[in-house]
Parts: sequence; structure tokens; C-alpha cells
Amino acid sequence: MSPTNPQNRRGGFVPRDRDWQPDALTPAYKTSVKRSPQAALLSFPTSLSEETSPVFGHSMLGALDNDLTLNYARPGESAIGPRIIVHGRVLDEMGRGVPGALIEFWQANAGGRYRHKKESYLAPLDPNFGGCGRAITSEDGSYEFRTVQPGPYPWPNGMNDWRPAHIHFSVFGHGFAQRLITQMYFEGDPLIQRCPIVGVLKSQEAVDALTAPLDMHRTTPMDSLAYKFDIVLRGRRQTYFENRKEGM
Amino acid sequence: MVQKLEYLRESPSQTAGPYVHIGCTPNFTGIEIYGNDLGVSMKTGTVKGQEITIRGIVFDGTGTPLRDAMIEIWQADAAGLFASQNETRGTSDPNFTGWGRSPGDMNTGEFCFETVKPGAVPFVDGRMQAPHITMWIVARGLNMGLHTRIYFEDEADANSADPILSRIEHQNRISTLLAKKQSDGTYRFDVHLQGPHETIFFDI
Ligand SMILES: [Fe+3]
Repeated sequence: MSPTNPQNRRGGFVPRDRDWQPDALTPAYKTSVKRSPQAALLSFPTSLSEETSPVFGHSMLGALDNDLTLNYARPGESAIGPRIIVHGRVLDEMGRGVPGALIEFWQANAGGRYRHKKESYLAPLDPNFGGCGRAITSEDGSYEFRTVQPGPYPWPNGMNDWRPAHIHFSVFGHGFAQRLITQMYFEGDPLIQRCPIVGVLKSQEAVDALTAPLDMHRTTPMDSLAYKFDIVLRGRRQTYFENRKEGM
Repeated sequence: MVQKLEYLRESPSQTAGPYVHIGCTPNFTGIEIYGNDLGVSMKTGTVKGQEITIRGIVFDGTGTPLRDAMIEIWQADAAGLFASQNETRGTSDPNFTGWGRSPGDMNTGEFCFETVKPGAVPFVDGRMQAPHITMWIVARGLNMGLHTRIYFEDEADANSADPILSRIEHQNRISTLLAKKQSDGTYRFDVHLQGPHETIFFDI
């Protein structure tokens, strides 16, 4: 290795807290039964292979990538449904903002229907709604986008299971070890407590961590309500003693 | 009482669900908002090193291929350098992104990556690791993305000296991490989520 420089002196990523994160096998969410690995995971400290990650530049974004009300709409039209702004910050476990993080999000339309050929729910498609968007966090880790509030939808699991309204998030930080996909729920939704997918979370605290509060400070009067959703990625240890040893 | 440790907890993971492709490879699902889907191509020009193709299928515990998965790979270039802001050892091949994303084939679920054979990358203790590719799998039914690694069957010497492979207790499972060269020159890397050939997954 070349001589260590200050950039290189950070330690590895803090291990995932597997007591906090959901287990692989969660029988109430039936699809997990035949898709969950059964052997123990192999634990290793992160190396460069996981401490590096692809870089996504703001230049790749189109002007409407973070506006789902418009990015699939015909000129002069927009998606149907309650208009909302979703905003928040991407942070690491040490509370530092993560700049330059790529966030991709997708969701059902206001009626609870996805634009997908395997979708079987009979709620109508909205011709002006595609259902995906993306953003890159700014210097302090913040992001925002505009969309319509997604509807709840039924799904084949139990005989009468419904997903609460939710938005799916995929997040890239600065290391592939941080790679995360999760879902955002909406404050006050009575379906949250009934959902087998929410039910894989191990504590009310974990459910709360994915539930976005209504944020009246960020609404646009006469236009959009707002919800705040912060996302926390794994953090890298800052180690003093490791500095002494080359290549650690 | 003691002072509080003001750390945050990682956001809990939730399944990518059956429609991950809408968000991550929208063009693949027919939603054309952006240009090409991200990660479709790992090369932006003429790349250095040996160009290779890796194909595989992710199977569930019944042997059924997953057709709603999304597979990502991340790797060093042929010289062992990453196209990352955290790469401080040198500059990687400017025509190689190191990152690929595949939704798998609509009918068979087979993923395919056109990439280069990665160079060696050091482990935390400075020893060199065998050439490998980091793989991350998400799908409906997976509550959290699965990390594994693709090593190469035809790198026997490097594999036997690899700091991770050599420390695996169940050596008979190592073959689940080896991409196998086919008669047409491509590499095969199937993933088994369960069963006698369950792939080794990493908590890394
Ligand atoms: Fe969904």
C-alpha cells in the first residue's frame, strides 16, 4: 500500500446491529420462509471492498427527478392525489450528514396501484404518475422531493393483508457496506400496526424510526403537506491507535 | 447516571418488495423518465485488463429462480483500484465504473454482468485478498439485502491464501463463492438462498 494519508486513517464500518435489524426468517411474512438463508452469516471486518462505493454526481439528475407529481405527467398536467413534500437528511450513526448520497424512491399511486405489469390490484393507473424519483443529498446530507401521498394496497400474504401507505427508499452512502433499502411510513396510519412486513421490525422504536411525522414547517401553503424522513446509515469508526499501523 | 452516547441507530431495513425495479431500473419496467438505468453498463470506454462476463440465477429454497430480485456488484478495476471517493491509493481506470446493477431476465431471472477481472485488494491487515467482487441481493421476501462475494475458481493459489476464504470453518462451502468458468469462456455464479448448496452470505 502507498503511505497512509489522513483519508486512509479511518477505521472500518461499525458492525451491523443484528439485534436491531430484522431477522431473515419471519414466518408471518410468508415469502421470507423459502428465501431466508439458514446458515449463520459469516462475520468479517470491512475492507476496502466495502469501504468504497460508486460516486453519483448531481449532474446526472434531471430537473424533475425529484418531483413525482410532474416527472411522468403530460405537459400541463400532474399526478392525482394529495400533494406532499418528503424531506430529511441522510446521517451516519455518529450523526454526521452524508453528502452526495444517492436516494432512489418508488411508490404506488394515490389509489395504491403500482405501474408494473405484475401488479394485480384493480385500483386504476394514473396516466400522469410513473412512481419513481431520485435525489442526491447536499453538503449537509439533506434531500427533498415532491410526490402524491401513496394509497394503501392489499397484497397476497394472509387472506386480508394490507400495506400501510409507504414509500420505498434505496440509499447509497460512501461505502458499499452502507447499502440499504427500506420503507417510509406515514404518521397516524392505522395499518402500520397490522402489517406483517412492518411486523418484521423488532421493536416499536424501530417502527418509529421508519415513520415520518407530518412537518407543518415544511409545507407549502395552498399546495403541499410535508413529512420529514431522516435515514441513518452505518458509520465509520474514527480510530486513533489504528493510525500507527500501515494499511489498517 | 452517566453521560449519554449520542449515537444514532442505523435505519431498520425493509424488504425491497416485488416492485424494486420501478425504483431502481425503471426503464426495464417501461417507465422512461431518466436516461439509461443506472449500472446497466460498467464500461464507459476501452477498459484495461481481462474483460469477462458473469451470469447466474438466484434460487430460493425450493429451487425456484427469483424473478423479482435486484443484483448489484461492486469491484476494483484490473489494477485493484476502486472508482470511489474513498479510494486514496491511486486513480482507477477512468473507463470502468466498478459498479453494476441487474434486474435479472424477466422470464428466467438470470442476471448478467459484463465486467473485468478485478485485481487484488488488501485486507484490513495489509495481506492481499484474492480477486473478488462484492455482491448485494435484494428481493421480495428478503428483509435485508444479502452480501456475498464472487471469487474465481481459476484463481486457486490466490484463493488458498485469501484471508477470508482460509478462515471459513466449513471449507466444503467455499465452492458456493466460486464463479466457474464455462466452455464459452463466461463465468457462472448461481446463488442459493437455502438448501444443501446455500451460498455463504456475509455479515460485513
Ligand atoms: Fe410497496
